[in-house]
Formats: sequence, structure tokens, C-alpha cells
Amino acid sequence: MAEGALAGFAPGPLGPRPKRPFAPKTIMLYGVLVVAALYYLMPLYVMVATSLKGMPEIRLGNIFAPPLEITFAPWVKAWDSACTGLYCEGLKVGFWNSVKILVPGVIISIAIASVSGYALSYWRFRGSEVFFTILLFGAFIPYQVLIYPIVILLRELGMFGSLPGITLVHTIFGMPILTLLFRNYFASIPVELFKAARVDGAAFWGIFLKIMVPMSLPIFVVATIIQVTGIWNDFLFGVIYAGTKNFPMTVQLNNIVNSTQGVKEYNVNMAATILTGLVPLVVYFVSGKLFVRGMAAGAVKG
Amino acid sequence: MASISIRKLGVNYGPVKVLEDLDLEVETGEFIVLLGPSGCGKSTLLNCIAGLLDINAGQILIKDRNVTWLEPKDRGIGMVFQSYALYPQMTVRGNLSFGIRNAGLPKEEVDRRVARTAKLLHIEELLERKPAALSGGQRQRVAIGRALVRDVDVFLFDEPLSNLDAKLRAELRVEIKRLHDKLESNTMVYVTHDQIEALTLADRIAVMRSGLIQQLADPHTIYHRPKNLYVASFIGSPGMNFIKGRLGDGAVPSFMIAGAGTVDLKAYSAEEGGGLASHAGEEALLGLRPEHVILGGEPADGLAEVGKGVIDIIEPMGSDSLVWVNLGDEISVSSRQEGDTSLRKGQEVTVRGNIANASVFGDDESQRRL
Repeated sequence: MAEGALAGFAPGPLGPRPKRPFAPKTIMLYGVLVVAALYYLMPLYVMVATSLKGMPEIRLGNIFAPPLEITFAPWVKAWDSACTGLYCEGLKVGFWNSVKILVPGVIISIAIASVSGYALSYWRFRGSEVFFTILLFGAFIPYQVLIYPIVILLRELGMFGSLPGITLVHTIFGMPILTLLFRNYFASIPVELFKAARVDGAAFWGIFLKIMVPMSLPIFVVATIIQVTGIWNDFLFGVIYAGTKNFPMTVQLNNIVNSTQGVKEYNVNMAATILTGLVPLVVYFVSGKLFVRGMAAGAVKG
Repeated sequence: MASISIRKLGVNYGPVKVLEDLDLEVETGEFIVLLGPSGCGKSTLLNCIAGLLDINAGQILIKDRNVTWLEPKDRGIGMVFQSYALYPQMTVRGNLSFGIRNAGLPKEEVDRRVARTAKLLHIEELLERKPAALSGGQRQRVAIGRALVRDVDVFLFDEPLSNLDAKLRAELRVEIKRLHDKLESNTMVYVTHDQIEALTLADRIAVMRSGLIQQLADPHTIYHRPKNLYVASFIGSPGMNFIKGRLGDGAVPSFMIAGAGTVDLKAYSAEEGGGLASHAGEEALLGLRPEHVILGGEPADGLAEVGKGVIDIIEPMGSDSLVWVNLGDEISVSSRQEGDTSLRKGQEVTVRGNIANASVFGDDESQRRL
């Protein structure tokens, strides 16, 4: 037996393979990750730093320099009194408009899509496959093609330039992807569960509300995130269908940033931009884990 | 009184006919097993009885009531599924009571029935748990409870033990049998592809193949007097031996093995009532279960010599050994021997068959028992 070897073992490797903390592979991996993270964080840093500076400091021209005198005045101005064309009421009007569009838009679209997805995966009817195909096809039609027809549609309904009008538009455009999402999720639930519930005397709504919905929290979270970020970040539909009084936050941000009169107030623009992006950001942070879980649950068996 | 009566049932999936002209009468209190390989239509038949699948032709009566167009809940059935199908967000109590709460029973009655069912299945201490916190056996017990709590007379089982490991399966099999003994007036229809379950549980077995019931009989008959070659080869493990040959056309019924000797079929003919005579001279198959193949020993009553051969392989299976003997060119038969058999590979033995228990099948399209 070789010297130094333990009794009963052959000489050479024994037990777990030793881990080297600074192997070239590890350094490369973390190096790339750190560089990528910095690359994505840099613009955010510039925005936050600039928004906290006064105009004299900005005129020095060094955008990477941290603020010498921190001031929150640009934030207050962006929220409360920045000018969008004629009105100088800040972003707050747009914020509340966006909320008024967002809440009914998210609730109605998810309510309809979840029931449609459920019906399409469990209550097959004559032509349900055709219906689903048409719905899916809707996901691939470019928005631009539909803009003018929808203007006419809303005008005929008397809803053009109103809150119900823009809510309807968001509901319609959310439908294909949401229905697909829900249908695939429900399809991953064992069909025997549905059969058992039918033997137990539950009908269409009973099975949906008592069995399916309680099992589908992750997919409802995913759908909510998709709709909240989608509707909040929307600019095109807002500017076309909402009407001047109901312009969402994104449109007003554009109007503040792109107003050509007077001095460009970079600090106010930066603050306004961050304020506008805050809602989706908060949603991602709060629901990150659920989002990933739901995405995986929807994807694997879809 | 027939508990379930199926008349000329037909089911198609598009142009594919899954079931056609199927008739089945199940007596009250009977335990009937639908047995067959996957795709034979046995689960389809069960789903039709449950009302989970719309039928294309025929009628279904449960307890003399025409339920053909009724919803599952109105048919007076309870059902147990292969994957348990417990509602994951509800406790065991919630799972058990979901159906009777939907039916609008008063709370005291619901509690009483849940308690009674839990006691019957020994799951009282699990009532407040969620299904995720239960083992496979416990889950299936809850699933059975969910059918029992409905107080119905007809229970449908869709491969309820297939998801369990072998040991648990054997345990629950005994439990289901005990349950059926306890609930005398309850009719059970049980779908499985496991012949052991079928043979142990059933009062009658319906062996199915491509949408047709091949044979409907008690387990003993299915095992010992299979109606055709398919039933004979599907039932029994290890499987039946089949020897190709021709029926003799002499006065004494006999079977001439292709390229080997002749087997005396007097005992078989006596048992079956002499139907063989009309098939004299035809191609046929002689079927012998391994336990009816005797190796060595002295000639005796009821035993007919099949031939002489050399032991090819011995498969020990614990309590038994399966001994394969080469009878000649490409003719190999297996014989069930004791676990500690003294036979050895290469040994020459005389092979005899217990002919009274044999089966003879015509070697034609129908492969009927002759």
C-alpha cells in the first residue's frame, strides 16, 4: 500500500472533488456578469444623479459626476408643475389617468381571458379549435393595420376619446396572448380533476371558480404583470384613443420632455422619466419570484 | 335486477369507431372488471357509464333508469380516478364533502357522512390535511372516500391502483375487495390492465380488445376455459404455451404436433363435450398453462404424453421456477416447478400435459376455442 493512503482505499482521489474558488471559469463567468450589470445600471445611475442636481451643476457637462448639492426640487416640479404644452400641472394628471385606464383594463381583460381559456381547454364546442386559431392569429396582426378601423369602431360606438374606449382597446389587444396563456395553463391541469368535479356535481362556473381559479394563482400573477406593464407602458393607443383629457402618463412624459420652449430642464426630464417607469419597476420587484414560477408553470406543459 | 345495462353502445372519435354495438349487463352487487391492453376501449366504456363522454349510439340504464342523456352527477355514481384527482387546494374534508355540498345537503348530514366514510377507510386523522401532505396510498384512499361519501350504488374505478408501487397496490387491492364485501349491494365497475387485479377482485371479468368484449365470465372460467386465443394469451403470467399442429381425424380425438408426436385429447374432449370431432383434420393450436405441463414422473390418469425434450433454461422466481423444455425444432414449452426444483439444464425429460385443463384453438381467423 502506498504511503499516506488511508486503509482500504486505493491511492489517488478520494471523496468529493475539491472546488477551486478562483478557477478561470469562475472568474470569466462573474466578470461577464459584472460587466453586463454595470452596462445596464449605468443609464439608471446617470438618470438618478442628474435628477438630483440643480441646473447650474448640470451645465458643467459632466453627466457621470455625482450631485454635489442634492436637491429634490426637480422631482417635485416633474410631479406637480412641469408644463405639457398649455397646462402646467406636472405628471400627476397623467398618473391618475393611467391608473384609471389600468385598473379596469387589467381586471376586465383578465376576467374575460381566463374564462375563455378555461372554456377552450375544457368545454370544447363545435368550432372551438377554429375560434382559437383565429384568436391566435390576432396576436400576429400588426397594430398599425388596426388603428384606423378601431378609430371608426369607437366613433360609431360613441366611445372615441373616452376612458371606456381606451379600456376596450386594451382589453381587445390583450385577449389573444392572455387567452393563450390561460388555455395552456388550464391544459396542464390533469383532466381527471375536471372529470371528478363533474361527477361531484359542479358545473361550468362551479368548476371554474371553486377548482380552477384557486389552483391558478401563478398564471393570474403572470397575466396581471403582463397587462399592468403592457397598459402602463403603452403610448400609441393612449395618444390615439384616450382623448386629450385622458392622456396617460407616458404621453404626458413625452409632452414634457419634448416641449421646445425655453431651457431644456434635464433634471426635471430625468425625474419625470423615472416617475413614469416606477410602476412597472415596483411590480417586477414585488412579484419577481411568482412571475418566474408562473412563467415556468405555463411554459413546461403548454 | 340489472344494476347497469348497456345496450348497443357506440362511440366514435371522428371516423374512428372506439366502441360499436356493445352490450353489457351488470347485476346488482356485482364486481365487474373491464380488462384489456391500453387502447381497447375499456376506459371509454367507463367514461360513458359515468356520463363524462357523449355516446353516438345506444342506451345506458343504471338501476333501470335511462341515464343516457343525464349529467354525471345525476346518474347515481361515484368514481375513482387513476391520478387520484384530489382538489389540491382543499383539505381531505373539503375533498370528501365537495360533491355532497354541491348537492345541497344540510351541514349535519355532510358532517355525518364525512365522519362515517373517514372511519370506514381509516383516514379520520387526515381530515384536516391537504392532499400534498398525503402519501400515494392515503391519497387513493381519500379518492375512494370521495366516491363512497356520495351514498350511491354504483362505483366506477378507472385504474385506481396503477399509480401506486407494487407493495401498496397489493395492500389496497385487498382493501378494495374487503370494501366490496362490506358494501354488499354496491355494484362496482373496475377498469384495469393488470390481470392480477382482475382475477383477484372480479366476480366477472370482461376481457376487451379493440372495442369488443372478447369474453365475459367469472375469473375461473376466463383462466381455465378462455374463449379464444387472445383471451388465453392475455391472461396468465407466465403465459400459456401454444403448440401448433393439426387435429387427428381418427376415432379417438388427438392432436398431431407439427414435426413431432401425437397427443391424446380424450380427456379434453370429455370435458368439453366432444365438439372436437367436427373439426377433425383442421389446423389447430394446443394451449397448456405452465402449471399443467408435467415434467418426468409416471404416466397417470388425465395426463397425456406430449413428447420428450431437453431442458433449455431454468428461471427461478422465488416460490416457483419456470423450466423451459425444447420439444424439437422451434417448439419450446414452459413448465411451472417448485422453487427448489432438482431439475437441471441439459437434462432429458418426458413432457406430459394435464389435458383436461388444456385449451384447443382453431388456427383460423377467429382463433376460437374448439
